[in-house]
Amino acid sequence: MTCTDFLARLTDYFDGTVPSGLVAEVQKHISECKHCEVVLDSTTKTINIYRNQEMYDFTPELEERLHSAIMTRCYGAEKQTAK
Amino acid sequence: MPAIQSPESVEIHPDVELVARAKDGDVAAFERLVRQYDRQIFRVAQHITQNREDAEDITQDVFFKAYQKLEQFQGNSKFSTWLVRIAVNESLMRLRKRKTSKTVSMDEDVHTEEGSIPRDFAEWRPNPEQEFNQSELGEILRKTIQGLPPGFRTVFTLRDIENLSTEETAEALGLSVPAVKSRLLRARLQLRERLSRYFKRKESQPA
Ligand SMILES: [Zn+2]
Repeated sequence: MTCTDFLARLTDYFDGTVPSGLVAEVQKHISECKHCEVVLDSTTKTINIYRNQEMYDFTPELEERLHSAIMTRCYGAEKQTAK
Repeated sequence: MPAIQSPESVEIHPDVELVARAKDGDVAAFERLVRQYDRQIFRVAQHITQNREDAEDITQDVFFKAYQKLEQFQGNSKFSTWLVRIAVNESLMRLRKRKTSKTVSMDEDVHTEEGSIPRDFAEWRPNPEQEFNQSELGEILRKTIQGLPPGFRTVFTLRDIENLSTEETAEALGLSVPAVKSRLLRARLQLRERLSRYFKRKESQPA
């Protein structure tokens, strides 16, 4: 397996959908190729860091403002239920 | 309303009942749906447009559209995926209107090989995000994702940040599964490449 072959399988690797016949080859390539080991490790960290970090404030004030604007647009001011 | 479910019956998503009630004019049911998904819709819009005011407007528009089109929602997909799809369309439309970005369709930005081949092979630190405080880290992540073409940014947002499945992402974007996979790979590799300069091991640090 070449580095290009490995990259082509990277998404499947994260999804756990590498065809069973290829799993051993992929593992072997990672254990032998420092570059691809680093790419795998740093890509995994990239995904996890983005997933775990709330990047934009969504304050209770903002939620209330959006919420009441939405309910007013949909049902009119008079039909909103109590909070 | 469904009869009492036997334990072995297929689990029905709680949204199905809320949507049915909302269709019947139940305000509280619709309100519950808004509360459940407003944060997610805001986040998706903010990620795609990279603009806070736009994201606020879009969030309102999405739920208003959903309310108007509720009858059309057939329940073939999850309600949340349906909402995300509306949010993506509204966000891309907003980007096109603003024209701050040359490439705002899901298709226009894939014909470049830029960033599809890794170049930085420096090892990363074990927990690189811990080297920065929250606001520094947020700034790095925002700056980095802003640099991606909108099509890649959108796929990465839905699949990796919002944790939609590949199939749900494809459905929300109107793309094929292979198209989602190839954009996702490119998005991840480009982000990785750009983050590497912040997160790689310092020369002096032992391996
Ligand atoms: Zn390799």
